[in-house]
Amino acid sequence: MSRVKDSIEKLKGSGSWLALMGNLLKNYGIIIAFIIFFVILSFLSPAFLTLRNLHNIVDQSVGVGIIACAMTLAIISGNFDLSAGAIYAFSGSLAAIIAANGHVGLGFAIALLAGFSLGLLNGVIISGLRVHSFIATLATGLIIQGLALLMTNGRLIIVKNPEFVVIGQGSFLGIKYPIFIFAAWIAFTWILLSKTRFGRAVYAIGGNSEAARLSGIRVDWVRIMVFGLTGLSAALAGIIAVSRISQGQADMGSMIELQAIARVVIGGTSIMGGEGSVWGTVFGVLLMRLIGNGFNILNISPFYQRVFEGAVILFAVALDNIMRQRRR
Amino acid sequence: MKNQWIVKLQSIDKRFGGIEALKNISLAIQEGTIHALVGENGAGKSTLGKIIAGVHRPDSGQIQVDGRAVVFNSPRDALVEGIAMISQEVALVPKRTVIENVFLGIENTRYKIVQKNKLQKRYKELTDRTGLFIPPDIPVSSLRIADQKKVEVLRAVAQNTRLIVMDEPTAALSSEETKILYSLVEGLKAIGTTVIYVSHFLEEVLSLADTVTVLRNGELIKTSPVAGETPDSLVKAMLGGFVSLGFPEKIYPKPDAPVVLSVENLARKRFFEEITFQIREGEIVGLAGLAGSGRSEVCRAIFGADQGITGTIKLLDKKVEIHTPRDAVKAGIALLPESRKLQGLIMNFSAGHNVTLPHLSKVAFGPLIRAQEEYQLTKELLSKLDVRPPNPRINVGSLSGGNQQKILFSKWLFQRPNVFIADEPTAGVDVGAKRAIYQLIHRLAEEGMAVLLVSSDMSEILGLSHRVLAMRKGRIVMEFTQSNLTENKIMRAIFAADRGGEEKCQE
Repeated sequence: MSRVKDSIEKLKGSGSWLALMGNLLKNYGIIIAFIIFFVILSFLSPAFLTLRNLHNIVDQSVGVGIIACAMTLAIISGNFDLSAGAIYAFSGSLAAIIAANGHVGLGFAIALLAGFSLGLLNGVIISGLRVHSFIATLATGLIIQGLALLMTNGRLIIVKNPEFVVIGQGSFLGIKYPIFIFAAWIAFTWILLSKTRFGRAVYAIGGNSEAARLSGIRVDWVRIMVFGLTGLSAALAGIIAVSRISQGQADMGSMIELQAIARVVIGGTSIMGGEGSVWGTVFGVLLMRLIGNGFNILNISPFYQRVFEGAVILFAVALDNIMRQRRR
Repeated sequence: MKNQWIVKLQSIDKRFGGIEALKNISLAIQEGTIHALVGENGAGKSTLGKIIAGVHRPDSGQIQVDGRAVVFNSPRDALVEGIAMISQEVALVPKRTVIENVFLGIENTRYKIVQKNKLQKRYKELTDRTGLFIPPDIPVSSLRIADQKKVEVLRAVAQNTRLIVMDEPTAALSSEETKILYSLVEGLKAIGTTVIYVSHFLEEVLSLADTVTVLRNGELIKTSPVAGETPDSLVKAMLGGFVSLGFPEKIYPKPDAPVVLSVENLARKRFFEEITFQIREGEIVGLAGLAGSGRSEVCRAIFGADQGITGTIKLLDKKVEIHTPRDAVKAGIALLPESRKLQGLIMNFSAGHNVTLPHLSKVAFGPLIRAQEEYQLTKELLSKLDVRPPNPRINVGSLSGGNQQKILFSKWLFQRPNVFIADEPTAGVDVGAKRAIYQLIHRLAEEGMAVLLVSSDMSEILGLSHRVLAMRKGRIVMEFTQSNLTENKIMRAIFAADRGGEEKCQE
């Protein structure tokens, strides 16, 4: 809770309680929204507050959640990775192909390595060509997606080896393995961002990259590593996805990068860079999953769900903007 | 008599945040004359020009046009009264043609369609009247800067402007283009347009203007016909009688003190060349020059902030390779950059996080930051430098300019550097904080650092430096030591006001 103390101390100077409330809302609004939805759904449907349903909510959050955690670092550093969906499909398909040829473990390892490398390559391209990451990863995403299609010949890759599904379907103490992986990934990205020198550099280059450079921060290196991380996260999410259903396909996971970006923003990370948190993103991911789950168990048309989700994103961005202007 | 004054200002005050930019300015501009505003950087001359052109609103005081009191809420309001401004930077639509730019917003139209033939006719009338001819149908971006200035003037005349404020019009021009601009200004006068000419090139002002107003620290020092003025008299008025107010007693370094920083033949294409100097332990060297003389670029080059630098940098007689700021930080060189907001601070960071950013390895265990230790160390440092409040958690964006500047000093003193480069260390801070910063710079030298100081404020350079290097057009043109360190000599060197100085200032 030292963050609360920080926010209060930061605002004591300005002396405005309105600003203080606004800041708290910005920092913790996501938790409040999550609790409200949680309570409402508990009352509306007896099917909601069951261990099985809650377990499902978390389990279904894993794929987009893993990517969103890494995407948080990218957005804080002032970058977007629109190629994450393509890397997700590429790595998943690659793991499936290698596994179908009898090397399950090797397939997963190579898929992760490929995702990480493709991410690093994104970073190198962006730093080297000095193009905005938004456009650069849009382009590399198309290329990677194309490579995935070429690699699979556009076909579904079915893996019959039972070892292949262990990661996606296995469980321990009734909790699915993907949830453990998700939890470990949250912890890793959280610590990386908030406790390490690297994380501080990520905030710094997003806040003011020129000032960071003039403070001796290796801006290009940090950016390349951030893209390596989002690439790795996409590959991790990709292998979990193919392992769950024991098959891979080059057009899986379309728009997953945009879903991840939306959840990062809902979680309070500023699209202008320099501010944000992994825990906020985790709540953003869970909140959106909660909304989807609510529409499901209340039997409301999923068409409304899209409208509602879009509205939530707009609201989050608007709030961010208002808070920004207040500070000027 | 009433008609003679086109614009009259009465008791104009203007503040920006805590800074008093203009204090009680009263001034009358005679119709059909060229009236120059001169002063050091920060004296308020540009602000005054912008108030006349409606860019800024005065906090108090009155503006009269033709004896009527007016209120300008925007440049558009000023335009209605026939007052336009031509800024240092060209404000045209680059991809559109000359004629389109000249008549932008005042085109002849019928049913909302621009009537090209009528515009052509108007353009011809306009060029005949002003004697300025630029081919109407080529895009503005293909013109050189001086010709783009002509287009701006044509536009102003087309809008029936009676008074044009020109803010440092020659700052971006080559010497040849400067001459074109002079004839342009004289041409405007010939057709009866009044010109307010903001400049810090004294020779330029003396040859061009009819009347000159000198400003210093936001106050009007004098207004007089140029006939009775010389570069010397203007420099004196710009600087005023007072020097070294609030400056600590200088402690000169021992003559045999070791040379800490040695720069040999440093050059960067188009910015500076043949820069050679040394700074000894405990010595403060001032780098004086106008904005654009290359002084900031030299600082950045030593710090590794720019690419394409040639030459040698030695620290304590050992050659060092500095290609990035990271190399410089490792070598023990600190740079307090020119712009606190753009290059210095990360505004959404706390004070403490700003301070430790270059030195994270000192407060970390492997990759992990030891937050408690970071907090303690920065808290001590902020108290030592008298940041108020000395709270590392406070957001730097909410602090005053003086406190922000002290945080930047803390940032570079967290780990003692050997060379401390301060580029405009007191820009935008109040008088109290200025004094504290002077003490601080003095103390850094006392502790044995080699200090390189850049400032547009001449009294600062004089009050703090043990030795001054004057820069003009990318070169060190003169060195002033203890024995010949006087304001007039330095000003003359950087303004090229001495005879046989520079081609730019002939006639």
